[in-house]
Order: sequence, then C-alpha cells, then structure tokens
Amino acid sequence: MKILAIDTATDACSAALLIDEQVHCEFALAPRQHTQLILAQIEKVLAEAGMSLQDMDAVAFGRGPGAFTGLRIAAGVTQGLSLAADIPALAVSSLAAMAQAAYHEYQIKKAYVGLDARMQQVYWGEYQIQAGIAVLQGKEQVIAPEDLPPKNSTGFVGVGSAWQVYADSLHPHIQAESHSTLQAIYPSAEYIARLAVKEYKSQQYLYSSEIQPVYLRNKVAQTLIERAKV
Amino acid sequence: MKILGIETSCDETGIAIYDTEQGLLADALYSQVKLHAKYGGVVPELASRDHIRKISPLIKSVTQQANLGLSDLDGIAYTSGPGLIGALMVGASLGRSLAWGLNIPALAVHHMEGHLLAPMLEDNPPKFPFIALLVSGGHTLLVSVKAIGSYKILGESLDDAAGEAFDKTAKMLGLAYPGGPILAALAQKGDPDVYHFPRPMINRPGLDFSFSGLKTYALTTWQKSTQTDTDRANIARAFQDAIVDTLFLKCRRALKQTGHQRLVIAGGVGANSALREKLQQLNAEIFFPRLAFCTDNGAMIAYAGAMRLYAGQQEEAVIQTRPRWSLEDLVVPSCQKERG
Ligand SMILES: Nc1ncnc2c1ncn2[C@@H]1O[C@H](COP(=O)(O)OP(=O)(O)OP(=O)(O)O)[C@@H](O)[C@H]1O
Ligand SMILES: [Mg+2]
Repeated sequence: MKILAIDTATDACSAALLIDEQVHCEFALAPRQHTQLILAQIEKVLAEAGMSLQDMDAVAFGRGPGAFTGLRIAAGVTQGLSLAADIPALAVSSLAAMAQAAYHEYQIKKAYVGLDARMQQVYWGEYQIQAGIAVLQGKEQVIAPEDLPPKNSTGFVGVGSAWQVYADSLHPHIQAESHSTLQAIYPSAEYIARLAVKEYKSQQYLYSSEIQPVYLRNKVAQTLIERAKV
Repeated sequence: MKILGIETSCDETGIAIYDTEQGLLADALYSQVKLHAKYGGVVPELASRDHIRKISPLIKSVTQQANLGLSDLDGIAYTSGPGLIGALMVGASLGRSLAWGLNIPALAVHHMEGHLLAPMLEDNPPKFPFIALLVSGGHTLLVSVKAIGSYKILGESLDDAAGEAFDKTAKMLGLAYPGGPILAALAQKGDPDVYHFPRPMINRPGLDFSFSGLKTYALTTWQKSTQTDTDRANIARAFQDAIVDTLFLKCRRALKQTGHQRLVIAGGVGANSALREKLQQLNAEIFFPRLAFCTDNGAMIAYAGAMRLYAGQQEEAVIQTRPRWSLEDLVVPSCQKERG
C-alpha cells in the first residue's frame, strides 16, 4: 500500500509517504508559507523513495479542523493530485493525527486534544487508542473552553495548543495533565498517512468535490436579516 | 497548446480551455451571486468555501465539453491575483498541483491582464498598441498596452472603482444586490434632463478618476427628492450619465495623449450599454469582449496564460497568490519558443 499524505491545517506544513508500514515525512513549522513549501515537500518524499504520484494508491489529507485557508490549501492540492493521477483521496482529522502523534511519540493512550480556534474557542476532540489507532470518543466540536462539560476520568492527558493558550479556562473543570511538549504537538502528515490506512482499507474513497475541509465553525457571517434583528 | 484556465479571485468560479490553434474550446462559470445576496455583499470566507466545492466538477465539465481528457492539456493558467486571498488560494492550490501531477507547466496569471486581453477572444481582436479602459468592481484603470506584459498605467481611480460606485449608489437607492446592473437598467427608464451630476476631475489635467463624490451627490439628491420610483430612475440616469461621460472624456484624452488608435474596454462595467454606446463616438477603433467575458470568467485567464506559456514562460512548482499586484510589475514573456 502506498499513500501520499499532506497536512496544512495549522502553522505546521508537512508531506509524508507511507509504503506499507514505513513512513517518511517532511515537516516544517512555517506559518503562512504552506503555498511555498507543500509541493516541494511532496516532491521530496516521493523522490527519496524513487516514486511518482502515479505510483500511489491514494492521497490523504488533513481535513481539519484548523485554519480555514490552510484546510483549503490541503483540500485544493488533494483535489488536484487526485484528478491528475486518478486516485482516490482519504480524509483524516487533524485532531486524530495529533492524538496519534501523542501515542507514537509519548505512548499516550487517552488524550483531550485541543487546538486554539481563535475567538476564545477551541477545536476539541477526545481520543483513546484502540488497537494502536486513535479513536474519537463522542464528537469533534468547536466550543469555548469553559463551556466544555466537566471531566474527571483518570489517565487523560492534554494535547495541543489549546492547553497552552487556554490553560486557565480548561484546568478548573477538565482533569488532565499537560506539559509543554504535548502542547507543541501539531498535526503531521506522518500520522495523517498512518490513520489513512484504515480509511483506505475500508474504502472511504473521496473524489472531486467530495474532497472537502471539515471546518467545524460553520457560522461565519450574519445575513442582512440577522443583522437587522440585532 | 491546450490550456486550462482557472479563475477564483472573487465570487465566480470560472473554468475554460483555450487552444492556441483552435481558440476557445470550452467555458463554464459558476456565479455565487445568490449566496452573497443574503449578506448584502461578498463574504470572503463563504466565497472560498464555495470555490472549493465547485471547482473540480467544473474542471471535469469543461474537459468533457471540449471532448478532452486531462492528459490532453499542455498547461494550466490560474488567477494568482489581485483578489481575495482565500478565494485565490483555492484556484492556485488546485491549479498548481494539478499541473504538477500532470507534469505540465503552470502559470500564475494577473487577473487584470486577463480582463484586458478578453477582447482577444473575439472574432475581430485588437492589434497592439492600444489603450485599455478597465472598469470593474475593484478597478478603474486606463492602461497603455504595447504588447502582452508591457503595460503603463496612465490613470486610475483615487477612491471608489467605477463598479463599486455603481454598487454603492444602488444600495443607497434601495436597489437589490448586486446593484450595478440593476441601477443601469433603471437608468434607462430615467429622464436625462431632471438632474445633472458633476463630472469629477475632468477639469484637472491627467487621467485619474474619483467616483466617491458622485455617490454622495446621488445620496443627497435622493434624500432631497420625494423618493418616488420616478425620482429613483432619474437619479440613476443622472448618476450613470456622469460616470459614462467622465469615462468617455478620459478615454478621449488618453487616446490623444498617446496617439494610440484603438481602445479596449473590459471589466464588469464594460457590460454597461450606455457606456458601450457612448464610446462609439470616439475617433478610434473600439473593442469590447462579449458580455459574458466582461465580468470574471475562466476564458480570459486561459487566454492570458496560453499566450505566456506559448512564449515559453516557466515557473517553479510553487503555489502563487498575490492579492495585491500591479499590472506594471508584469513582464513581457521573453524566452520566445520556436514553433515546432
Ligand atoms: N450593466 C452594468 N452597468 C454598470 N455596472 C455593471 C454592469 N454590469 C456589471 N457591473 C458592475 O461590474 C462589477 C463586476 O465586474 P467584475 O466582475 O469585472 O469585477 P470584479 O471581478 O468584482 O472586480 P476586479 O476584477 O476589479 O477584481 C460590479 O461592480 C457590477 O456592479
Ligand atoms: Mg474581475
């Protein structure tokens, strides 16, 4: 199985190539430079394996949540690659990719993953590792940290930038440990690729306009009628 | 060479295929006007979200229309700017990576170069050099065009663009969105002799424009009127006459100043029939794109990109967006390729 994966959901930008169990990843923390970097990263991971896009079985992308423009870069590039090589696309959650990273790198099996969503909100997802895979418990959501229902299960760890930015609003009611290394975990194409294996096996293939970001925040403007009511 | 053009700079997704041998092969447009109407104007984030939903199906439909496969394409041209950054990003990301995946060149096109070359898609295209009057939602420019890529801006609007002035005035008069064309239609019913609006900046030398004062003038006139439908039509008429006259006078001045004998009109306001009619009085050959190619479209981007790619212009595999980008920063495509 050969999967090319990309992620541009946050300040991080990455491309990875998965060949069976092996993953090679190019990763950079590069705010606002995704358009400059992403194709070069893709070229690099392919070149290192001596492969071309046409050799791929699928292309996986970080579908969000995350920064809107970044999500559309990933979706746009994925639409382009999928069209060009006539291969399916696979969508993977950026929050799941963070939970998977925490497991692979720090053996964390229960994670409250939170990304700073600006506007005093977080993108939030709760994950547990099952058979080596980060599995979402409940739903992903965009929510003010203080509005999250109190949690006191044991063994959970806080992962992602939300734990740094909103520590004061999370800690009172969310029982979890967190430290700076875990807060610095970004979604990475490496884990997009690893999680995409399951999508590929279960044939969750996407094509053309099905290749879309998941924004979570869907109310972005007020209509004239709504403004008139205020 | 068969070039796919991708336009996503604002609120229309435009896709087309231009062939340097056979001309325009296919063209498709999805307009988001209805989506933004509810908000009273373009909401950039919603525009971007709609582009990413519509773009791939449109690409498929133009290739089918042209009876081609993607592998028959020789290059991809995408609008790189100016425009809304998030919207541009969609066309640029998809276009650049599609070209990369197909192993064909891509070219980042200047949206206004697309507009000003749009009349080249018609049966009787203008020869160089010419003056271009670019009048759209975001721009009012008089440009001296010596060749593709050789542009000198002779004048521009110091405040509102012509289309913007149409839209804002329409809104003040209580017309529906998007107001420009509605105001223009209403003006046809108005009496030209009831109101007379000033012609801004015509007594000053130079070729710059200023339209924001006209909008205020229209508002005060409206407020002082009895606000009937007739008043509204008469004000629309006076407003349109003032814009058309001003554009006319500046075009005449630009032709005189440069000695050029051809005038090209492009951009959304170029669809205005009063303007089209008035400019015929100029002592010059006048060129318009067809109405559908006055406003944003993929065909003009495919054409501009095709000319540059045909001339051998090359770019790295980088997704380029330039929300602010002057026409004067463009270069003449140099490395002229031998025709095989
Ligand atoms: N018949 C008409 N009379 C006057 N204005 C018109 C007419 N039809 C369209 N317009 C105006 O043209 C503008 C849209 O043109 P266009 O699509 O070329 O602009 P844009 O793409 O939004 O701006 P830009 O190209 O500068 O980025 C709007 O302002 C609209 O009101
Ligand atoms: Mg335009």
